[in-house]
Amino acid sequence: MQARGLTFSYGRAPVLEDVSLRVDPGEFVALVGPNGSGKSTLLRLLLGSLDPASGEARLFGGPPDQAADRWRLGYVPQRPVLASEVPSTVAEIVAAGRLSRRGWWRPLRQQDRDAVGHALESVGLQDLGRRPLNELSGGQQQRAFIARAFASEPELLVLDEPIAGVDAESQRRFRDALVHLVEHHRAGVLLVSHELSAVAADLDRVVVLKRTVVFDGPPAELIKEGVSLGVHREDLPLWLEALR
Amino acid sequence: MTAALPFPYPFELLFMQRALVAGLVVAIFAPMIGTFLVQKRMSLIGDGIGHIAFAGVGAGLLAGVWPVWTALLFATTGALGIEWLRARRKASGDLALALFFYSGIALGVVLVSRAQGLGTNILSYLFGQPLTASAQDVRVIVGLGILIVTVMLGLRRVLFAVVTDEDWSRVSGLPVGLANNLLAVITAFAVVAAMKIVGLLLVAAMMVLPVASAQLVARSFWGTMRWSIVVSVGSVILGLAASRIWNLAPGGTIVLITAGVFALTAVATRAKGPRSSVSEDLAV
Repeated sequence: MQARGLTFSYGRAPVLEDVSLRVDPGEFVALVGPNGSGKSTLLRLLLGSLDPASGEARLFGGPPDQAADRWRLGYVPQRPVLASEVPSTVAEIVAAGRLSRRGWWRPLRQQDRDAVGHALESVGLQDLGRRPLNELSGGQQQRAFIARAFASEPELLVLDEPIAGVDAESQRRFRDALVHLVEHHRAGVLLVSHELSAVAADLDRVVVLKRTVVFDGPPAELIKEGVSLGVHREDLPLWLEALR
Repeated sequence: MTAALPFPYPFELLFMQRALVAGLVVAIFAPMIGTFLVQKRMSLIGDGIGHIAFAGVGAGLLAGVWPVWTALLFATTGALGIEWLRARRKASGDLALALFFYSGIALGVVLVSRAQGLGTNILSYLFGQPLTASAQDVRVIVGLGILIVTVMLGLRRVLFAVVTDEDWSRVSGLPVGLANNLLAVITAFAVVAAMKIVGLLLVAAMMVLPVASAQLVARSFWGTMRWSIVVSVGSVILGLAASRIWNLAPGGTIVLITAGVFALTAVATRAKGPRSSVSEDLAV
């Protein structure tokens, strides 16, 4: 996943200016920035939901809106608001993650059921697969959405604020699952979050966005700025606020 | 179906058996579609398409064409129009429905008023008249029913993904536009196929009310679909029997039974402790 000199504006107000960013296979990258810094817009450009005014976004070597084999991309949206009129089990939700890999018109096979089981196991929900999603806690629901992204066995995982307001146990499970994906499957991970304490020790790079990229480097360099990421939870939000 | 089969009372006569076959086909496909529509919070789209189909009936009567074909044409066009407005956020889901809903019924009234001299019983299209279903009616309903069930079975997984999380489905490369448009077209086909059984004004009830009951007792999406078919099939059998025994309007009787099943299920599940709430647009 790559952005080169991306610029975008809603009307006259520029939201992003000359943003460049890259996530390689096996790399664990966090994207942070104060509210209104353009993180969500950058994500939409990188995923092909928006077109840049100038610059270029690339996904698996091509334009993101034309990327074939979309199963290679796992996506965890920011607190998805699922239509919940009809009960859906955790396993049903996670199995949807296999569709882009298997081909949506094809029936799911044993291999797909195994992948769903493995995805549930990796987030610690193997015993809750038959439970309706709306009976689970917020943290467990978020883990189900992460499992849905895992189910396609992605080569690149993009997560948009996945652990906001999630309990400590879910954060620990979440961290273990991401590290497993990066270390054992050499997947690239782009994590958009304000809350990095759970994964601070595992990150390869932190990218700080404030309309443009103001920092891109290993967490150790950010620590030199007095931002500890993991030790003092409030350090990063306070520092980001001071950037405004 | 030209001769009566040895069925017990009240289904011993040929016209009752035709009504039963056509009704059971509708009872299977209507809640299959309804499960997705309810999840998509488009419970009233069947009603909106029914009103558009009424304009098609009027056009057919005026042009001297069998009204089923013109209803199918109008309903399909209207369904795609509603989906076009919704998907492009030109209008909210309910506003898009209202635009087509009122335009359809108004056009239908105008066209039917021009065709009144033809002596057609328009009430049979509005409220259904399964007991007068001809062999041709049954063939059309069964044919459309097979088509609808086949398409729904083929699309069920991608439709599930799209109706539960449309944004995620789009990013994941699933054919969101195709799935939504096909669901709209299939809904239009279902409305026209069910027109003879419960009528254009009541057809949405067969899609939604069984699902409303089923989602109170089921614990999964596919379980909800299965239970809603059970409720729907039971309601059709009981409704047709009751209409024969007590000389009631069959379409209305079937729908009242599905509403009654919902009321009983809601009371029973509340006594046990409700598992999930029913949204405002499902409330009866």
